[in-house]
Amino acid sequence: MSELSASWYLAVSAALFAIGFTGLLVRRNPLIMFMCIELMLNAVNVAFVAFGAGLNDVGGQVAVFFVLVVAATEVVIGLALVVALSRFKTGATADDVSLLKG
Amino acid sequence: MMLPMMMVVWRLTPTDGSRLMVQIVFVVAAVMAVVGALGVIGSRNPVHAALFLLQTLFGVALLFLLQEAHFLAAVQFIVYAGAIAILFLFVIMLLGVDKTEDLEVEPIAHQRFLAPVLGVALASMLFSVFLVSSDILGGSPQFDSERTLDSGITDIERLGRVLFSDHAFAVEITAALLTIAVVGAVALTRSNKSKVKMTSDE
Repeated sequence: MSELSASWYLAVSAALFAIGFTGLLVRRNPLIMFMCIELMLNAVNVAFVAFGAGLNDVGGQVAVFFVLVVAATEVVIGLALVVALSRFKTGATADDVSLLKG
Repeated sequence: MMLPMMMVVWRLTPTDGSRLMVQIVFVVAAVMAVVGALGVIGSRNPVHAALFLLQTLFGVALLFLLQEAHFLAAVQFIVYAGAIAILFLFVIMLLGVDKTEDLEVEPIAHQRFLAPVLGVALASMLFSVFLVSSDILGGSPQFDSERTLDSGITDIERLGRVLFSDHAFAVEITAALLTIAVVGAVALTRSNKSKVKMTSDE
């Protein structure tokens, strides 16, 4: 199928996932934390497609399709939460989500 | 810069196996994706982070193209780069670009020190797991010929057939999920002021 073996794509996927994970812990800005979650989802997508190509099955691509849909809804809800949060407080951090309680 | 590169990939992968060209494009895409990811977590300005995210998404789309997942590459461009990254930029502009970040608070003790350590540990763990698991890959024969990637029909047709036959229920659930997300976003962002105004007008 592909000209390169699947391990190369999996290596890129692992690197992207680890970078996203590190960023999620290091950064405090909720928007950038969302971007890091997107990075991790993209890493998983690359792994799905690589495994699908390696097994010669379209199932990997089907999984990526659903991951894309869930990522889109996650971003919509997440950004709505950030906008709602910024009503209470300017310069909000991720800890201020507890302000939305009740 | 992107378009000629994509056309090169498009032309090369199906027929002539000039390995070197594919390897070059792979290295370019991988470097794009990883450098963009590092830029996302490294840049102070959220706008820069969003643009670096865009770069990573383009790199991932190139990786999809190299693996002949043409539909997913197109969707990656349209949905991720066209909608999600722009939505990020839109919200950043709406809320104002604040570069101040409260780095003193640590919800988990020593989080900032531990994060790179855990990241490196996670990366090495994933590397080893993937290396082991990629040994078992390699074109095991599929009995359902519609699902194989080299069955001769186009990528989008194969994906559509499988989505709307084997995964038809999941697609319908997806519609419900999208509706719930839209309703939830409206409910979350609606301010109380407009509600009062609307009721007083009646």
